[in-house]
Amino acid sequence: MWQFVLKRLLHLIPILLGVSLLTFLLMSMTPGDYYTALENNPQITPQKLIELRAKWHLDQPWHVQYFHWLKNALQGDLGYSMAYKVAATELIGSRLWNTFLLSFVATIITWAVAVPLGIWAAVKKDSWVDRLCAGIAFLGLSIPEVLLALLALLFAYATGWFPVGGAQSPLHDTMNGWEQFRDRCHHLLLPAVVLAASSLAGIMRQMRSNLLDTLRAEYVTAARAKGLSEGWVVYKHALRNAINPLLTIFGYSLAGLLSGAFIVENIMAWPGLGRLTLEALSAKDYPLVVATVVMATGLLVAGNFVADILLAWSDPRIRLKE
Amino acid sequence: MSAPIDTTNNAEARRPRTPWQLFWERLRRRRFALAGAWVLVGLYAMALFASFVAPGNPERQDRERFFHPPTVPRIQGWWLVVPRYEQTKGGAFVYKARVDDVKPVRFFVRGDPHKLLWMIPTTVHLFGTGEGNHPILLFGTDQFGRDIFARILYGSQVSLSIGLVGIALSFSFGMLIGGASGYVGGKADTLVMRLCELIMSIPGLYLILSLRATFPPKLSSTHVYLLIVVILSFVGWASMARVIRGMALSLRERQFVLAARALGVPAWRIIVRHILPNTLSYVIVAATLSVPYYILGEVVLSYLSVGIQEPDASWGNMLTAAQNTEHLQSYPWLLAPGAAIFVTVLAFNFLGDGLRDAADTKSN
Repeated sequence: MWQFVLKRLLHLIPILLGVSLLTFLLMSMTPGDYYTALENNPQITPQKLIELRAKWHLDQPWHVQYFHWLKNALQGDLGYSMAYKVAATELIGSRLWNTFLLSFVATIITWAVAVPLGIWAAVKKDSWVDRLCAGIAFLGLSIPEVLLALLALLFAYATGWFPVGGAQSPLHDTMNGWEQFRDRCHHLLLPAVVLAASSLAGIMRQMRSNLLDTLRAEYVTAARAKGLSEGWVVYKHALRNAINPLLTIFGYSLAGLLSGAFIVENIMAWPGLGRLTLEALSAKDYPLVVATVVMATGLLVAGNFVADILLAWSDPRIRLKE
Repeated sequence: MSAPIDTTNNAEARRPRTPWQLFWERLRRRRFALAGAWVLVGLYAMALFASFVAPGNPERQDRERFFHPPTVPRIQGWWLVVPRYEQTKGGAFVYKARVDDVKPVRFFVRGDPHKLLWMIPTTVHLFGTGEGNHPILLFGTDQFGRDIFARILYGSQVSLSIGLVGIALSFSFGMLIGGASGYVGGKADTLVMRLCELIMSIPGLYLILSLRATFPPKLSSTHVYLLIVVILSFVGWASMARVIRGMALSLRERQFVLAARALGVPAWRIIVRHILPNTLSYVIVAATLSVPYYILGEVVLSYLSVGIQEPDASWGNMLTAAQNTEHLQSYPWLLAPGAAIFVTVLAFNFLGDGLRDAADTKSN
């Protein structure tokens, strides 16, 4: 098992290196840089701009810049944000946490709703429950996140039950610990539900079809023939095997989840990585862009890593094959 | 094996049906898939004849009708009539239907000049009242007094075609690379698969926006359109290539491929003529189900105002107007493009789901 974990960890290194290289290449191809906008500013002399560009190695070819960046990144310094005038790591820390929190809570909501619904639909196959679930799944699969997020904002605004966007209220700093926690939860709930709704349908349908497949297996027939109760057969025998493939789906769904989080963050003003990326791109703050993209990728590959480990842990065939 | 089956009267039984015939038969039984297909046919027809179906020019701003509510037609006697709406108080954009001032809806009416199918200049529109001061605004107007229905129709030309063009591009790319990679194997295969993994391990929208940033922000709409297609395809081909590569790996060991090789057929011909056709049923299903990805990609980019630029209409940049929650509550018809996206994506999902069930012979 440990060997498997170690192998997987080593596998992450080339991916992160490749992603940082690719992003760096893309950013070097981008027209202009942060200081282009300052060229017309009469208060800044051309001499000063040359100095500033030289300070951040912007006057050098992109591969030289990349090695400078890589050298610093290995020491935990992801570059300097020219727009915010602070180290990128400082900015990213809280944003990364926000995106992680949003995605994590959304995942929990998704699974807590999708798995029981999928089981219910499979057990009551072809009943009205099954049809209703299939209908909801289709609506959920087809409603774009942009629309859902806008509707959620409208809902929050019209009812006043939820804050309209943002991650915390303006009075957050004056609150005590418990109130701060409640305030954060209050702001988190609606974006998380919107994000969860989009991935819910897929997992529910997968759960249903997995369980139906397992219920057709011969050992299930054998268990029934033994005279076990239907509940015991479904929950004790079939379900365990039906859940396994879902762990693979979990890994695959992460990419969609992070893209979804990008949309939700930007529409519902949730201060996460996606929002920061867009802000950095429009400010031409390229070191920050590279840092956010690498971090988002890190989040994704870390999630995939966890999914792999869970899968290997639950299915010995996988960890022994590698 | 009890009584022998009587096949003498059954002409059908003597002629075996091809897999495609069986496929069509199974598909025809799925009502939802067919409904989705018909909705799509309707939507594409409307997009094709957008300038004719739209009652007016999508870019004309009516300064007397900002945030005009949707016109509700009524039946009066033998006529379908529409009332004229009047602002009750200035500045607040509250409108009231004038019940005494109605006009019948007329079909094939003369209006703004336009070019049917981008070629034939004409002034005939599908419907209207024939009077400029008495418009039919099915979905109301936006903050500039532009007809939302007309804009949705013109925007559908972007959204509906971007899916097809994107699929054509990324799937042909993905199939060729995946097929070649699986068939050839070795170092080239490893290299291509690592590249696919790299592309797939960056969360989609982060990569798409970074790619978008490498081009100038303000481009003409035609350029942006092409750019969006290329970017979305660049991100989308990787997953396709991986699946096709897996299929090619197993197909190349099959006897018909070995026979072709023994006959001295060149590798590219084996890939194109023997391996790729065998992946086709999977590809058609996957293509239908991934059209929404391209539609939504355009929507997100245009919504974030790095896609199709105003005044050209696209479903994404129309939704930008719905960003303002106060406006949205007072003028909920601003969400109409969202409904259009929803209907389109739903139709594609219905069709794709039906195709998948029809292509899946194992579970039956």
